[in-house]
Amino acid sequence: MEIKLNGEWTAFPDDATVADVLDATGGQRPGIAVAVDGVVVRRADWAATTVPKGAVLDVLTAVQGG
Amino acid sequence: MDEEPLVIGTTKLTSRLIIGTGGAANLAVLERALVASGTELTTVAMRRADAEGGSGVIELLKRLGIELLPNTAGCRTAAEAVLTAQLAREALETDLVKLEVHADDRTLLPDPIETLDAAERLAADGFTVFAYTNDDPVLALRLEEAGCAAVMPLGAPIGTGLGIRNPHNIELIVSRAGVPVILDAGIGTASDATLAMELGCAAVLLSTAVTRAADPERMAAAMRSAVVAGHLARGAGRVPQRFWAQASSPPR
Repeated sequence: MEIKLNGEWTAFPDDATVADVLDATGGQRPGIAVAVDGVVVRRADWAATTVPKGAVLDVLTAVQGG
Repeated sequence: MDEEPLVIGTTKLTSRLIIGTGGAANLAVLERALVASGTELTTVAMRRADAEGGSGVIELLKRLGIELLPNTAGCRTAAEAVLTAQLAREALETDLVKLEVHADDRTLLPDPIETLDAAERLAADGFTVFAYTNDDPVLALRLEEAGCAAVMPLGAPIGTGLGIRNPHNIELIVSRAGVPVILDAGIGTASDATLAMELGCAAVLLSTAVTRAADPERMAAAMRSAVVAGHLARGAGRVPQRFWAQASSPPR
């Protein structure tokens, strides 16, 4: 299936969880947060949350700014 | 002269200088500037994470014992700002947020409608909201009523270094505010920061003036002194301005 990961359509196996997506793209590292279709998924729920086909998944972290 | 700490939500600050980390050439320059500034609270922005890992700014701030104030810079709508704040809370484990919703890229002025909408939603969601706003005394009150923990009027647009363009509006905001007023944006040099404090602001937030100065560490030290000087002068009660001279030496 394809999901829109940080603005780019990317292929993942069907039934991939948030944790699976992170493991394939930099890891479940500290200091990041994830939203699926505009809703925050808590870190504790990453492994149990399946990403729907065509979902928009954003991974954010803090950078210099402001 | 022991000064009362500045309390915002549950955060207690001895330093009344809040620094933004944007614009520094590298982390080593930023570290020297932060240490010289004496700041205890510093903003960071939220951006999409790439696979290479973080920029190291969080590790730096943690090592220096500086509290994080994530911002919502780059957001154009209340919905975007609320989601960004929620992501920052999850990523950084803090309820503090500097709410900023910019209307356009040329002015980076706050969008008052979206800002007020987001402020209401974030306050209801348990955030300690620092609201970046225009120097509008009416809007400042509305943001306070919406539940903001601090209101942060601009002196001038972000990054311009034009100083405080409407000091009277800042004084009006301070005179009616029940929450701390923090002068945010537009500071160019030390005298601007002093003026903000003389006008009664509780703190000053700046970044460009320090991070893009020729010598950021030196300017950070200047800003530290400037904020202390202005705060002391405000508390000391200045003499009234007079038209005619008044002798300060006894007459012959």
